[in-house]
Amino acid sequence: MAFLIIDRRPQGRNKSAVNRQRFLQRYRKHIKEAVADAVNKRSITDTDRGNAISIPKKDVSEPIFRHGRGGSQHRVLPGNKEFVTGDKIKRPTGGVGSGGGEAGNSGEGMDEFVFELSRQEFLDFMFENLELPNLVKKQLKDTESFKYIRGGYTNEGIPARLNVLQSLRSAKSRRIALGGAIRRQIKPLEEELATLEETDGDEVRIGEIKAELSRLERRLNHVPFLDDFDLKYNNIIQQPLPTSNAVMFCLMDVSGSMTREIKDLAKRFFILLHLFLKQTYKKIDVVFIRHHTNASEVDEEEFFYSRETGGTVVSSALELMLKVIRERYPSADWNIYAAQASDGENWPDDSPIACDLLMKSILPLLQFYAYIEITKSDQQALWMAYEELLEKYADSFAMKKVSEAADIFPVFHELFQRKSG
Amino acid sequence: MSETGLIVEGSEWTFGNLEDLEVEIGRIAAGYRLDTYPNQIEIISAEQMMDAYSSTGMPLGYHHWSIGKQFLSTEQKYKRGHMGLAYELVINSNPCISYLMEENTLALQALVIAHACFGHNSFFKGNYLFKTWTDASAIVNYLVFAKDYVAKCEERHGLDATEALLDSCHALMNYGVDRFRRPKPISAEEEKQRQIEREEYQQQQVNDLWRTIPRQEEAADEGWPRFPEEPQENLLYFIEKNAPLLEPWEREIVRIVRKTAQYFYPQRQTKVMNEGWATFWHYTLLNTLYDEGLVNDGFMLEILQSHTDVILQPGYDSPHYSGINPYTLGYAMFTDIRRICEAPSDEDRRCFPEIAGKDWLDTVHHAMENFKDESFILQFLSPTVIRKLKLFNILDDDNNEEIEVTAIHDDHGYLRIREELADQYNLSKQEPNIQVFEVNLRGNRSLTLQHIQHDRVPLDKEDATEVLKHLHHLWRFDVLLESIQEDKVTHSYVCDDASVHENGDEATK
Repeated sequence: MAFLIIDRRPQGRNKSAVNRQRFLQRYRKHIKEAVADAVNKRSITDTDRGNAISIPKKDVSEPIFRHGRGGSQHRVLPGNKEFVTGDKIKRPTGGVGSGGGEAGNSGEGMDEFVFELSRQEFLDFMFENLELPNLVKKQLKDTESFKYIRGGYTNEGIPARLNVLQSLRSAKSRRIALGGAIRRQIKPLEEELATLEETDGDEVRIGEIKAELSRLERRLNHVPFLDDFDLKYNNIIQQPLPTSNAVMFCLMDVSGSMTREIKDLAKRFFILLHLFLKQTYKKIDVVFIRHHTNASEVDEEEFFYSRETGGTVVSSALELMLKVIRERYPSADWNIYAAQASDGENWPDDSPIACDLLMKSILPLLQFYAYIEITKSDQQALWMAYEELLEKYADSFAMKKVSEAADIFPVFHELFQRKSG
Repeated sequence: MSETGLIVEGSEWTFGNLEDLEVEIGRIAAGYRLDTYPNQIEIISAEQMMDAYSSTGMPLGYHHWSIGKQFLSTEQKYKRGHMGLAYELVINSNPCISYLMEENTLALQALVIAHACFGHNSFFKGNYLFKTWTDASAIVNYLVFAKDYVAKCEERHGLDATEALLDSCHALMNYGVDRFRRPKPISAEEEKQRQIEREEYQQQQVNDLWRTIPRQEEAADEGWPRFPEEPQENLLYFIEKNAPLLEPWEREIVRIVRKTAQYFYPQRQTKVMNEGWATFWHYTLLNTLYDEGLVNDGFMLEILQSHTDVILQPGYDSPHYSGINPYTLGYAMFTDIRRICEAPSDEDRRCFPEIAGKDWLDTVHHAMENFKDESFILQFLSPTVIRKLKLFNILDDDNNEEIEVTAIHDDHGYLRIREELADQYNLSKQEPNIQVFEVNLRGNRSLTLQHIQHDRVPLDKEDATEVLKHLHHLWRFDVLLESIQEDKVTHSYVCDDASVHENGDEATK
């Protein structure tokens, strides 16, 4: 019998990739909503995985003509235990007609179509409104960057990486090893020859020895000078980059004027900064400081979801941040980043104080300080005060007025520029 | 072969093992007169199996979002452990392609080879439905043709237009088959050659049909021939040939979906028989292998465990119940046919005088070759099997307060259960009976469908509404659907430009 066994495993895995994309494209709107939902529920440090997305089953159904409930239907079922002919059974649930569903469908009672988005796809949807340049998107999505360093030697490689010194060293040791047996024979013969020549001994024997010696020398010369397996190449290995630490301060005004929407925008801003830092640093601490007239260090949950009333004193948060830096994150050991989100309102007398604090004590310690003012109206008090900083710390201070998600990215522009420069 | 006489040992498989198994099982299968297409076994990974799964086992197909949906859902269920993947997938083609998963143990691979490469394979080659309705040697080429054609349409006419058209065709896919007429075998070569020719010809035909309209506009109602003369059950065929505004490429796509549906039609009609046949043979073939001393006890135990899992039938009240397991029913029936032949009881002699005591191999081959699920059950479901599965029949009538048990596994019930179960596998009863009734040629070009109700069972309204929108997308003029019970219209739907109006249950009218 003719037959054939084929190993298909090495061939394409993602035959359905196109179909998968078609599906995502078709339900773009649904997925975007679900992603927005997930972003709001998710911690900002937790962006490294995909997400389960659910869409109402009704919306993804493929309709066909089929029987509905009602009428008179016969069905044969297996596993009778107690019934005899003529028994009457109450309808299982929900009154008239509910027993009429197709038996074959009873396995799937869910109302939602659930599937998993990969991390890549998830980030794609998340970044969609932010108008990130493609290059940046790619940088953010690559989990790790590598640097190539030399790590020892290998026996295989490309000619350009040939290490001459090691190759010759290896050739020499091979020659020594291979010639060892012959040299062991040569040595006593030479000694014998020396004694014979000194004592003018047997001419015939001397001749024999000389002949033998020249034969051995020839054999020794046959050991190749350089052989294929002597060749050593520099080994290049990937090493994740870099390994230093960073701390990210999130500062947010939680006074009464900060609405839900403003906080959501701020959250995206913080996520973006976190993703960016993650790209550059292996370990990132995040410190959340919220303030109204008083500042306090809180966890993420409280940071985004609790609401306070009252006025705003920005300097309180800055003071707290300075305190935390001094106590826990000495700037010699940590790369310090800070991001502040606010609607721009501040106690009028406080703005100069805040400014002064930043200028004299904080900014010198920081890698970067980003301020976004989320407001639809004109610049507010804090903006005016910060303008002064912009001149003095042009390379480590950025601020931007944001009224919708697409405005967020330009704040980062500077950051990326600095990095590539 | 090792000294112990075993052909395989251990639980890890190698390509050598698979070959040995194929040869040995093939030798035994030939002894049982299993006639097969040449086998092509393909080893694939779990991920590839999910791919194959979501495209309903077709090795290649045109791109469509619904397949992506299927994939995502399979992936989700698999990753969460809600379902295991099938051990194998087999395609009705010549050579017969079987996919084996790399994760399978050696014993499982043997089971799969016996099940798919000899069980299903011989069924594809021997059953009359497959013989008359599908052409195993042409299918792969046809699929390539279809895939290329759809891709070309996407390029030329846009992704959205093509997708929308496919959506509409898929909604009517079950109504794209000829149930009684034998279709022409498909051939990719011919399709390609004749396609352009056909495009022109078809368009001309359609034009002919519609050209008469203005001229005859004023003709009286009488004497106008009804079109179509007879009701048409193949909706997609009717649309392909007669829809007034479809462009040639659109007709071609309708045709592709229709041909694909036709290819799957025999499979949908022989689920129980096909799986039962394959299960019966993997059990029989591997037991013979064991009896000959070619495999050891451990190997056989693993096979039996998997076999038991496959033929598990949860009761109707079990949380795992999801309909009658076709493997269980089919396997039980084929096994019982053999028993009736070899060791008939008095009851069997009474019920099956024509096969009791006959040669079992002849009988099972005859059954496999000449029946489909419906007729197979009607012919061969024995009281023994009914008792074994404890089948019972219920009547769910919405005029009654309660559901009534009308038959159980006793002398009075056997016949009734057999008939009702056979009916359950009658595809034309599983699906609503809907036919093209009339086209209004002289007026608004509306298309009227009739749904012939059986036992007052209505259509699922939500879905029917959606399907009508798809039908409208193809027909491009008003579409009407009437549910008919005893010559009365009980429910009617009208679809004009994307909105559907219903006229509810006017049974009293």
